[in-house]
Amino acid sequence: MREIRYREAVREAMLEEMERDERVFLMGEEVGHYQGAYKVSEGLLARFGEKRVIDTPIAEAGFAGIGVGAAMTGLRPIIEFMTWNFSFVAFDQIISNAAKASQMSGGRVPCPIVFRGPNGAAKQVASQHSHSVDPFYTNIPGLWVVMPSTPRDAKGLLKTAIREDNPVIFLEGETLYNVKGEVPDVEADEAIPFGKARVAREGDGCTIVAWGAPYYVVLDAAERLRQEHGLECEVVDPRTLRPLDIETIVESVKKTHRCVVVHEHWPYGGPGAEIVDQVQREAFDWLDAPIERVAALDVPMPYASNLETLVLPNVDRVIEAVKRAAYL
Amino acid sequence: MASGIDELRQQYRRMLEIRRFEEEAARAYAMGKIGGFLHLYIGQEAIAVGVASATREGDYFFQTYRDHGIALALGMTLEAGMAELFGKDTGCSRGLGGSMHFFDPEVGFYGGWGIVGGHVAVAAGAAFRSKYVGDERVTVCFFGEGATNIGGFHEGLSLAGLWKLPIVFICENNQYAMGTPMSRTSPLEDLTLKAQGYGMVGDRFEGHDVSVVKDRVKTAVDRARKGEGPTFIEIETYRFRGHSMSDPAKYRSRNELEERKKKDPIAIVRQRLLEAGVKEQALLELEGEVDDAVAACVKHADEAPPAEESVMWSSVHAPTMAVPADRLPRGVVRVEEGSDA
Ligand SMILES: Cc1ncc(C[n+]2csc(CCOP(=O)(O)OP(=O)(O)O)c2C)c(N)n1
Repeated sequence: MREIRYREAVREAMLEEMERDERVFLMGEEVGHYQGAYKVSEGLLARFGEKRVIDTPIAEAGFAGIGVGAAMTGLRPIIEFMTWNFSFVAFDQIISNAAKASQMSGGRVPCPIVFRGPNGAAKQVASQHSHSVDPFYTNIPGLWVVMPSTPRDAKGLLKTAIREDNPVIFLEGETLYNVKGEVPDVEADEAIPFGKARVAREGDGCTIVAWGAPYYVVLDAAERLRQEHGLECEVVDPRTLRPLDIETIVESVKKTHRCVVVHEHWPYGGPGAEIVDQVQREAFDWLDAPIERVAALDVPMPYASNLETLVLPNVDRVIEAVKRAAYL
Repeated sequence: MASGIDELRQQYRRMLEIRRFEEEAARAYAMGKIGGFLHLYIGQEAIAVGVASATREGDYFFQTYRDHGIALALGMTLEAGMAELFGKDTGCSRGLGGSMHFFDPEVGFYGGWGIVGGHVAVAAGAAFRSKYVGDERVTVCFFGEGATNIGGFHEGLSLAGLWKLPIVFICENNQYAMGTPMSRTSPLEDLTLKAQGYGMVGDRFEGHDVSVVKDRVKTAVDRARKGEGPTFIEIETYRFRGHSMSDPAKYRSRNELEERKKKDPIAIVRQRLLEAGVKEQALLELEGEVDDAVAACVKHADEAPPAEESVMWSSVHAPTMAVPADRLPRGVVRVEEGSDA
């Protein structure tokens, strides 16, 4: 298989789906002439023209709403938020309108729209630009919430998202765009179904569930745990946060008897807490230790790099949590 | 006249301080001493300094993430600014805010805000306070032309216009919102037309000449202070650097940039000072002093202690969950009552 970057994987998914279906268009700030603030949409304007790759003014509520209306009446918009931090301005459009159109109309008016963009902390972008929005959107019935960690998942899940008939929150990793990984050839047309977790590393010592940037922290930690403690961790990436593939996670826990959940969002609630809740009920009799969580510290992101490092989940914190869960 | 020259000399010093501060910041950024987003004010100095000269102590100021210029123009120290950029405890936001979130209430500066349009209504809130308590403080709110398209801007203006709040909205029209020229984001050329709809007086001029900025803004500030309501001012300007350090600004031509640099606000004041009889030697001395002051602030920032973890916790209220500490998810620090950690 060829290797491409996460950024290119996202672009390929959009390009292929736009070629496949004329109703699909991309709209957002700097997506066209500037080629995307993170260069994700590079070349798309040249390929599809201004009709389908549309630069907007800074007006998130406006263009999110335009997307919802266009989707309800038959188009298939991809709405890019330059980062998910700016989606708060459009919260009402997403939550009150996009997520509700189908239900309010008794299922008569679907809303096939994808909202996508980078999620999570980057490097030192501080308080207002470092949100992990996963908990906000996973709480809303009516929204699919997807967060791919690898280029292959990014491409395959985005293709599914664009073909889906109801709103998808597609969270890309702001720090993952340069990650390289194997992705099937274009001809494979791989669309990865929602609601299926992926076991990234097999082991019987402890299950670690992680997605987004912490997924890579966890892979490093798992390697160190093997080398330093001879403990083989099983790493599960849920890929879709709503709905959750709890079965795959539970199956793993039944094998390892231990579970650590690692996420970048804040500790109060969110998919992190949801996973713990479901695992303790579904696998209570198999658990040998309380389920551990490693989260961002419970503060808005400080700018200073010494503090940012403290706030974000890191390898040492993951190792500590696994050692507690494994009584090492 | 003498006082006029003194003021101009003072304004020149401030503008140059801002320029040198920003140049040093760019250098430190390249060396990795500053992280995150860094939006420089180079090219727009006449506006911040002109506005600072047109207002008085006690007034309130709100700005976007492009906030170093106004904070320094208001008299925040170079040390507090540079230390903030370096993520140090002596920074104006104690290293928690960074470039985009300078704060210094002592000089009336209520922030550097990162979400486009998000601070406009907040600024109107400060003006609301003045009306509520009945004092004469005026609020000045800055934003770019790109911000005039977002809801937050319109709702802020809507209420300020309705309630005749003592506020001056200053749109620093530097022609580009990130990579997008205004011709692609607004069907209007004259942005003051937007404010007309909110019952507001509008004014519109070029912002390369600090004296012009001061005079025109003063008129609006006086109007607000007298209780005659808000003004919307569109000031045409240009940023000489990219939107932020990560923007190579390929969307504009070298030619365009060179043309604009001919109206460098700092060169304009310098020339005026010379024409008014100030000696070249005196200006060189002043410039040397500014260089020294900026070098000193970099040295200070280098040597200052890093941002404090205790401030990270104590500045956030309600972090505690109402469950026993040993039941908290790991990584959640429980803040004991009365402790400052
Ligand atoms: C709501 C929101 N959307 C997008 C952004 C990203 N962004 C930051 S600055 C900027 C351009 C702003 O341009 P303008 O208002 O003209 O101000 P300037 O930067 O030119 O001073 C954009 C799109 C943001 N910070 N907030």
